[in-house]
Amino acid sequence: MAQAEGRMLPEVTPDSRAFWTGGFDGELRINRCQACRQWIHPPVGACWKCRSRDVAPEVASGRGTVAAYTINHHPWFPAFPPPYVVALVELEEQPGLRLTTCLVDVDIDAVEVGMPVEVVFDIQDDVALPFFKAVAA
Amino acid sequence: MTFVEDRAVISGVGQSQIGRRIGRTGIDLALEAAERAVAHAGLTFDDIDGVASYPGPVAAEAGFVGATTHDVRDAFGIRTTWHVSGVETSGQIGTLLDAAAAVASGRATHVLCFRSVWEATAQAAGRAAALTTKMSRASGHSEFRMPFGAASPANWIGMYAQRYMHEFGLTREQIGKLVINSRTNAARNPNAIYRDPMTMEDYLNARMVSWPFGLFDCDVPADGATAIIVSRREATAGLAKPPISIEAAGAALYERHTWDQRSDLTTMASHDCTAAMWETTRFTPGDVDFATLYDGFSYLTTQWIEAFGFAEHGKVGQFLDDEENYRLDGRLPINPHGGQLSAGRLHGYGFLHEACVQLWREAGDRQIAKDLELAAVGVGGGPEAGCMLVRLAD
Repeated sequence: MAQAEGRMLPEVTPDSRAFWTGGFDGELRINRCQACRQWIHPPVGACWKCRSRDVAPEVASGRGTVAAYTINHHPWFPAFPPPYVVALVELEEQPGLRLTTCLVDVDIDAVEVGMPVEVVFDIQDDVALPFFKAVAA
Repeated sequence: MTFVEDRAVISGVGQSQIGRRIGRTGIDLALEAAERAVAHAGLTFDDIDGVASYPGPVAAEAGFVGATTHDVRDAFGIRTTWHVSGVETSGQIGTLLDAAAAVASGRATHVLCFRSVWEATAQAAGRAAALTTKMSRASGHSEFRMPFGAASPANWIGMYAQRYMHEFGLTREQIGKLVINSRTNAARNPNAIYRDPMTMEDYLNARMVSWPFGLFDCDVPADGATAIIVSRREATAGLAKPPISIEAAGAALYERHTWDQRSDLTTMASHDCTAAMWETTRFTPGDVDFATLYDGFSYLTTQWIEAFGFAEHGKVGQFLDDEENYRLDGRLPINPHGGQLSAGRLHGYGFLHEACVQLWREAGDRQIAKDLELAAVGVGGGPEAGCMLVRLAD
């Protein structure tokens, strides 16, 4: 079922397959330029910085900090009962390398910019969604 | 003023009936707005040889595409030498800027530009249902947001607002003053959706949508169409209105078209296009008499205020503290019609319409009293942005 349990799953493309399936092996896989070593997200087969086409997924640490967040109160999807926290998580690998994600197992009132978080995968159908949870600083 | 802006002018504007769930189709509304704009300019449909619209036939929520370029061309049998629509452009006015280039380069003489929406009627069954049933899997840019419950621009823009508030101390109360100012203005606009006065208590206590955005930080889906005629300057002699010059325009986008990778989360594409625009004009921010600034979400207006240079980066909160800066009788009136927050989501075109109506002094009870020559128009949010300076000299 494409739209499993009241949520919208991603359409997995050749470019995004590594990102959406790395979690089955416990790995957060992010595209990286093999020429200039720039990390790239969303995944695409070129480096926007140096324009090399030599780009491949690599395993990122899965650790980062909250760069921005919003506390959503509207019931958009049955699988996401409000309130929940949508966040931009900046990965520790590179300034400005961010994932839009959802924080889980978190005290909503304690969320703040700079808060350390780490990836936790939620397996749904054929994808492993990289959610993030708070960790001790 | 560049080659294009020197030759392209605005010769007339028109709007359809505007309202909530008025039960008319987007095409019907587009045709009404077009008829009014053509008549307002003193033209007939025989004079129109170009048509431009936003966004064109794209997959979207119900009512978002009220009418396509071809819908309007075909309905009135318009013989065009040039036509266009597009969604990958600089804000909702992007194809109108293309129309200016078309008349300047001789591809057309009078271009009917329009934006039509009937979201209120088409989505009467409920926005959430529309969202979750429109596609089975999230693709394109949605691919990396929808799976995390980040369904709405309220979420994506709310995060920008949160980061700005964190960096610079902007408060909900300061944003609220801008929202309330728009509502106060809307009370003078007979076509506005919401005209009842709003207090700060009303604003702060409204249902939370996506913090820091409450209900009144989000614009209101509406039914309505706006049409604007872009003409070649020398073809406007003897027409109904003195032409409004497009003094300058900005369409720049200097970073990737994403909602989460911009290098500085306290700026948006608005800053790119305004920077490019100011490079092409002798005018400066201090010369602007009033501004109409996009407010699909309240925070976007604060970004435009800074992007145009009306407040220093990081200082928009202090700008908002002093209502004299932006109220209808203030130094730089902002959104005299009430914006999309109170006058309805006519999706970008409403801001340019209001700028023209004010310059022609046809705004009725909400007419800005002081002399007006130069207006700043900023349209879009996030990675979508286009801007103009429009001018009516004596």
